[in-house]
Amino acid sequence: MEPILTINNLTKKFGSLTAVKDLSFTINKGNVYGILGPNGSGKSTTLGIVLNVVNKSTGDFQWFDGNTTTHDALKQVGAIIERPNFYPYMTAEQNLKLVCKIKGVDYSKIDEKLNVVGLLDRKDHKFKTYSLGMKQRLAIASALLNDPEILILDEPTNGLDPQGIHQIRQIIKDIAATGTTILLASHLLDEVEKVCSHVVVLRQGVKLYSGRVDEMISSHGFFELKAEKHQELLDLLETHSNFGNVKLEDGLITAFLNEPMSASDFNKLMFDKGILLSHLVKRKESLEEQFLQLTDNQEN
Amino acid sequence: MLRLVQLELQKLWLNKASKILIFVSFILPFTVLVLSSIKINFFGIFTLELGELGIFNFPIIWHITTFFASYFKFFFAIVVVSMIGNEYSNKTLKQNLIDGLSKKEFILSKFYTIVFFSLCATILIGLATFLIGLYYSSYTEATIIFREIEFLLAYFVKLVGFFSLCLFFGMLLKRSAFALGFLVILYILEWIVFWGAYEVFGNADSAFKVKNFLPLESMYKLIDQPIQRIVMTKFPEKTDIAYDYAVHWYEIAIVLGWTALFIFLSYRLLKKRDL
Repeated sequence: MEPILTINNLTKKFGSLTAVKDLSFTINKGNVYGILGPNGSGKSTTLGIVLNVVNKSTGDFQWFDGNTTTHDALKQVGAIIERPNFYPYMTAEQNLKLVCKIKGVDYSKIDEKLNVVGLLDRKDHKFKTYSLGMKQRLAIASALLNDPEILILDEPTNGLDPQGIHQIRQIIKDIAATGTTILLASHLLDEVEKVCSHVVVLRQGVKLYSGRVDEMISSHGFFELKAEKHQELLDLLETHSNFGNVKLEDGLITAFLNEPMSASDFNKLMFDKGILLSHLVKRKESLEEQFLQLTDNQEN
Repeated sequence: MLRLVQLELQKLWLNKASKILIFVSFILPFTVLVLSSIKINFFGIFTLELGELGIFNFPIIWHITTFFASYFKFFFAIVVVSMIGNEYSNKTLKQNLIDGLSKKEFILSKFYTIVFFSLCATILIGLATFLIGLYYSSYTEATIIFREIEFLLAYFVKLVGFFSLCLFFGMLLKRSAFALGFLVILYILEWIVFWGAYEVFGNADSAFKVKNFLPLESMYKLIDQPIQRIVMTKFPEKTDIAYDYAVHWYEIAIVLGWTALFIFLSYRLLKKRDL
């Protein structure tokens, strides 16, 4: 796998506060990565460091194979962080021309990218007349100008209305489908779950997990069950070695698996024991449940 | 280098306020210069025709035009501090860096623009002075015409130095209004240093020598006031008002030293700062 960004033992201190603590992870080409964490967990600081606007305290990072300077590497990166920042008195096109000059890209890309985000007909309007959703889409167009190797998005849907959120997510998905590597920082679990294949979970500057989203917790899932013979079912689950935790809520039994077991095997076992199930669902924890479980574990 | 200047020019040129200020800083000194050369009344102070006073004679005209034109630098100073202030308030500084401009390039694009405008202003003033001089001057031999042309160099260095100071204050304070306020504070500070030096050395001459090393005073000293010189030409017998008005190499060196320091400090400041 071809590395795009490698971070080694990165630490950032703001006075006595440690915003990022001994963070290491690698971004490989072609995947969609999420950096997940509550507000103030160090997501933006980490991105700020690799984008050369925040100075690191210790540790290091390298772009691509390590032979490119950060300054040159950034010309192959597209990034928007926090709010869209443009010159309010310039039109969309003028703003993008400026970015073209910085990145050394031909002006012909401007119309193409404005079309991708659906702003082509508004290109001669001043930036200050744009709605927040349009500003954010212009920021994405700007980040795409150089056909970047990697697109970095920090809270891209923050503050947008549902329609705006939907538009941005659709654009991100379309870009991901073209094979561009994406790094998406968000505190919205459902956003990361919908878009990302890999995730880095941060809390208070410390990495809790990094890897595939679906392998975030070594869990075999759980069954949701209901049966006429309620007590017998409970007793059986308590004694069976395959099951760990068993919870009872509003007559619905939730049994967590210690070992893999398919729903049909379980059904057959119950049938053999003479328990007829009126409700059987096998599920895996949602990212949100996994995330809370992960952060809770670290609390103790 | 051209790319960096183009970048900054686009930022300035599309902004209405800075466009007007740039126009004013170029047009106003010319209007004054042209008006004073045709009209008899000059700021209501002199009622004589100025041409007759001999101030449009070569070589003194170089001295006079550069001295008065340099007062119009304040208009462009506002542009300089706001071109830093706006980058901070719009957060476009951060975006520029993320887009791939290095911190060094950012400072250089501002500095090159300062040099570019100072050069334009110098060339224009030089040209206008030359033409007005040719028209009014009693002496038109080449050796006399170009005798004190070093005032143009002094004018250029003075502008670059002053705008670099503004750039540094802009970077330091991030807000245009504060940066302009700091210029006033620096002016007062330099007088406090003068007063301190006066206490130590006991005479004004030594105290002025100390003050000559400070940023604002060193820029002012590049082109001394020409009024006394005009008086001198009228009354050559009064030797007690004679003074040293020439442009000296060490005066230029001091201002260039400050310029280098201000640009370097601006860069250091930006490098150390988390945005």
